[in-house]
Amino acid sequence: MGKIRFSRAQLCIPYGLFLVCFVFAPLVVIIYYAFTNGQGQFTLENLTSFFSSPNTIGTLAYSFGIAVVTTGVCLLLAYPVAYILARSSYRHKSVILMIFVMPMWINFTLRITALKEVLTIIEGNLSFHPFLNTVIGMTYDFLPFMILPIYTTLIKLDGSLLEAAADLGADALQTFLKVTLPLSVPGIISGIVMVFLPSMTNYVVLDMLYNSTYIMGSLIGAYFSAYDWHNGSMIALILLVIILLFTLFTNRYSDSDAGSRGGVFGA
Amino acid sequence: MKKVCAAFLGLMILLMYLPILILAVYSFTDSANIGAIHGFSLQNYVTLFTKPELREMIVGTLFLAFLSAMISTLLGTLGAMGVFYSKRFGNIVVGALNQVPVVNAEVVTAFSLCVLLIGVCGVDKSSFISLLIGHVVLESPFVYLSVVPKLKQMDNSLYEAALDLGASPAMALRRVILPQIFPGVISGFALAVTLSLDDYFITSYTKPATFDTISTYVVNATRGSQTNIKTALWALSTIIFVVVIVVVAMMNMAEKNKNN
Repeated sequence: MGKIRFSRAQLCIPYGLFLVCFVFAPLVVIIYYAFTNGQGQFTLENLTSFFSSPNTIGTLAYSFGIAVVTTGVCLLLAYPVAYILARSSYRHKSVILMIFVMPMWINFTLRITALKEVLTIIEGNLSFHPFLNTVIGMTYDFLPFMILPIYTTLIKLDGSLLEAAADLGADALQTFLKVTLPLSVPGIISGIVMVFLPSMTNYVVLDMLYNSTYIMGSLIGAYFSAYDWHNGSMIALILLVIILLFTLFTNRYSDSDAGSRGGVFGA
Repeated sequence: MKKVCAAFLGLMILLMYLPILILAVYSFTDSANIGAIHGFSLQNYVTLFTKPELREMIVGTLFLAFLSAMISTLLGTLGAMGVFYSKRFGNIVVGALNQVPVVNAEVVTAFSLCVLLIGVCGVDKSSFISLLIGHVVLESPFVYLSVVPKLKQMDNSLYEAALDLGASPAMALRRVILPQIFPGVISGFALAVTLSLDDYFITSYTKPATFDTISTYVVNATRGSQTNIKTALWALSTIIFVVVIVVVAMMNMAEKNKNN
C-alpha cells in the first residue's frame, strides 16, 4: 500500500474549492451581471432604475418596515420568555426550552399553513390587514430564533453579579436595567440577526397567507422568472450590501458562539 | 409573581402550538375547513400514503435531505479540520467564505447560485445537480460551524502521542481526532438534515420542474384548489409534529443517560 504523505492542512482543500466555486464565484457573477446590460456592456442603468422606480423603492421601504416591526415584536415576546426561563428554578429548564425551540424543526410552510387556517377563522379575508398578518406570520415563524440566543446568554450570566448589585443597594429594576440587560446584549444582537434579514426577504410567508408579493425577496423572484438576470442581480447585490453593512455593524457586539441556529444540537 | 411568569410561559407555548394542534385535530376528520364540526375519519392519512405524487414528494424530500447532509458533513468536517491546522490561507479564505451563506439571505444565495450554474455554466436543472449543490451550499457551513468548537476543545497532545507511538497521520486522524470531534460531526449532520427539510428558497430556484420537496409542494398546494390534497397535508403536518416530538424526547433521554 503506497502511503501518500499529506499535511493536515490539506484536508480543507476540497471544502475550500467547493466554497470558491459555489459561494465566491456566484457573488462575482451577480456583481458582473448587476453592472452590465444584455449586450455585456458596462452600465449603471440597473442601479439607477432600482432607485428611480417607485415600485422597487416602495418594496424596499415596506420590507424594511416589516422587518423592523417583526424584529421588535419578536424581541418583546422572546426576552421575557428567555428571562423567566433562565432565571427560574424549574427542574426541567432544558425540556421547557426544547418546547420553545421545537417549532424550528417543523417545516415552516406547514406551520404557516396551520396559522393561515386559524387566522382565516378569526379574521376572514387575510388581505384586509396585510401588514398585521405579515407581522403575525413572520413572528410565528421566527420567534424560536430570537428566544434561543437570548436564553443562551442569560443562562451564562454570573449570578454573583446580581447578588453584588443587590448588596450594593440596587432594587430589582435597577439590577435588571444596569446589569442583566447590558450583559444580554450579545444574545439580543444574535437574535436580531437571526430574525431581521429573513423577515426582510422571506416572501413565502406573504405569498402563502394572502398571495402578496410586496417584499424584497419576491422582486428577485419576479426578475428571475422573467429571465431578467441583470436587474435581478442588481437587487440581489443591493440586498447583499444591506446584509454586509448589517453584519459589520452587529459583529462588533454579538456573541462569537457558533450559529445560534445550531445551538440546540450543540453537545 | 411566580404564577404570573409560569402563566406567561404557558400562554406563549399555547400560542405557538395552537395552530398545529388544531390542524392535528382536524386532520382526523372529513372536514375541508377548520371550524366546522365533522365526524372522525382517517381519509387524510389514507390519501397521504396512497397518492403516488404525495408519496414521491415525501420520499424525494427525505432522500435529498440525507444525501445532501452526508455530502455536507463530509465536506464541512474535512474543511473544519483542515482550517484548524492551516496557518494563514485556509483560516482566512475558508473561514470568511464559510460565513457568507450563513449570514446571506437564502433568496440571494439561491439566485446567485442559479445565475452561475444555469446562466453561466449551462447546467440543466432537470439533472438534479443544481439542487444537490444548492443544498450542500446551504448546509455545509453549519456543519463546519458545529465541528470547529469541538476541534478547539480537543487535547492536541493526544495526536502527537499517537504519532510517537507509531501511528500514521491518517490512522491518528481516524482513531484519535475523529472520535474527539464526533459529537460535533453528528450535531452538524442533524442540523444539515433539518436545514434541508425546512428549505424552500434554494429548492424552488434550483429544482427540476417536475420535482417537489415538502416545502415547494405545500406552497403550490396553498395556491391550488384541491381540497383533498390540502387536508392530506394536515395529516403530513401532524405526522411531522409527532416525529419531531419523538426525536426531541429521545435526544433528551440520551443526554440524560450520558450525564448519569
